[in-house]
Amino acid sequence: MRLLALDTCTEACSATVIIDDEAHSQYQIAPRQHSVIILPMIESLLAESGISLKQLDAIAFGCGPGAFTGVRLGASVTQGIALGADLPVIPISTLASLAHTAMRLQGANQVLSAIDARMGEVYYASFQGSSADDLSCIGEEKLSAPESIDLPEPQASIAQWTGIGSGWDTYHQQFLQRSEIVTGSLAFQWLEDKFPNALDIALLAKIQFANGKMLTPEEALPVYIRDKIV
Amino acid sequence: MRVLGLETSCDETGIALYDTDNGLLAERLYSQVSLHSEFGGVVPELASRDHIRKTLPLIRQTLNEARLSIDQIDGVAYTAGPGLIGALLVGAGIGRSLAWSLGIPAVAVHHMEGHLLAPMLEAVQPTFPFVALLVSGGHTLLVYVEKVGHYQILGESVDDAVGEAFDKTAKLLGLPYPGGPELSQLAKSGRQGIYRFPRPMVNRPGLDFSYSGLKTFAMNTVKKLGDSIDAQARADIAYAFQEAAVDSLVIKCKRALKQTGLTSLVVAGGVSANDCLRGELKKLCDKMSVELYFPKLEYCTDNGAMIAYAGSLRLMDGHIEEAVIEAKPRWPLDTLS
Repeated sequence: MRLLALDTCTEACSATVIIDDEAHSQYQIAPRQHSVIILPMIESLLAESGISLKQLDAIAFGCGPGAFTGVRLGASVTQGIALGADLPVIPISTLASLAHTAMRLQGANQVLSAIDARMGEVYYASFQGSSADDLSCIGEEKLSAPESIDLPEPQASIAQWTGIGSGWDTYHQQFLQRSEIVTGSLAFQWLEDKFPNALDIALLAKIQFANGKMLTPEEALPVYIRDKIV
Repeated sequence: MRVLGLETSCDETGIALYDTDNGLLAERLYSQVSLHSEFGGVVPELASRDHIRKTLPLIRQTLNEARLSIDQIDGVAYTAGPGLIGALLVGAGIGRSLAWSLGIPAVAVHHMEGHLLAPMLEAVQPTFPFVALLVSGGHTLLVYVEKVGHYQILGESVDDAVGEAFDKTAKLLGLPYPGGPELSQLAKSGRQGIYRFPRPMVNRPGLDFSYSGLKTFAMNTVKKLGDSIDAQARADIAYAFQEAAVDSLVIKCKRALKQTGLTSLVVAGGVSANDCLRGELKKLCDKMSVELYFPKLEYCTDNGAMIAYAGSLRLMDGHIEEAVIEAKPRWPLDTLS
């Protein structure tokens, strides 16, 4: 199976080519430069992995939430490539991709992903799972002020959670002051400086692909979460 | 050479296929006017969100109409500026990536160059050099068009664009958005000589325009009438406003033609659909023995055909660009070559 994944939703710009169990990735923190670097980045990854666009089975992309312009750029690039190369697309949530990053790097199995949404708010969601196959979102992806996010339900035994994403980097103090955490019914560790990464998007997309969950190029659409804009 | 054109600089998604041997093959246009009407103006984020939903389906419809598949196109032209950054990025992102994935050349097209060259899509075309008047909701420009790619700005608005002044004055008179065409309609029942609006900047040398004063004059006139304003007074104000706005355009066109000694005038942009402007310019050009060209109405406003056409000229000329997605919200026309 051959997949291309790309993400331009936040400060990071990344792409990954997966050929079965082999992955070629590039990841760059490049605010405002995504539109300039994304196509050359994909081009060099394809060259490095020795395949052409036509040999791919699908394109996965970070569909948001994130910066509106960045989220739309990733969707636009995916639509353009998918239309030209006649490929199906697989949208992957940036919040889910962050949860997968925490799982991959630290073996976390309970993750609260949060992305800074500016204007004093975060996009966030809670995830549970032990591998890419069973990673699932608890409830839905939401937008709120950091002090009023819905924390996961505390369980009988103290649950170890991992926080990840720019929302944590900006607002960890507000998060950690929440009574559930202060009183110790929820325990959190925080994984710093992580942005959505095309590698995790690709690994999650593999599962979608295996389950036949693919869309047409015109269905490569952004997920904004913040819909109140005027 | 078959070129796919994408226009997404403002509130219309325009797609077209132009063939350098056979002319325009097919086109589609989707206008977002109703989406923005409740806000009384274009909301940039809403415009961007709509472009990304509409562009691909419109490309498919255009290809279907031309009975072509995507791999039968030879180049992609997209509007890279000037315009709304978020809206431009959708067309540039899709257009540039599509060309890259097909392994065909792409070209970033200047939106105003598209308008300038739109008359070339007609059976009867102006010959270079000519003077062009570009009048829309975002621009008021007089341009010396020497040849393709060589443009000298003779004059432009120092404040509001003329179309913007039409829309704002229309709003003042209680007309629905976008009010320009409604205002012209209302002016038809207005009477001459009831109000006299100023002709901004006509007593100064040069070819620049100003429309914010005209808008303010309309506002003060409406205020002065207060509650006594009735349907006839509104129509009279619309008449006087349009008369002044058109008059100043005609005066500057006359000056530009005299100054350059050219004998062809091309008028493009959304406001060029205005009947009163068309009539007055016709009179002027008849008097001066100048050939007057208007693109047909659907090419006066934003469209994909003019972008596909302008792009095709540059691609035929061997234009090569890197696989970089670029949107230029501000892009002076006279920096082109």
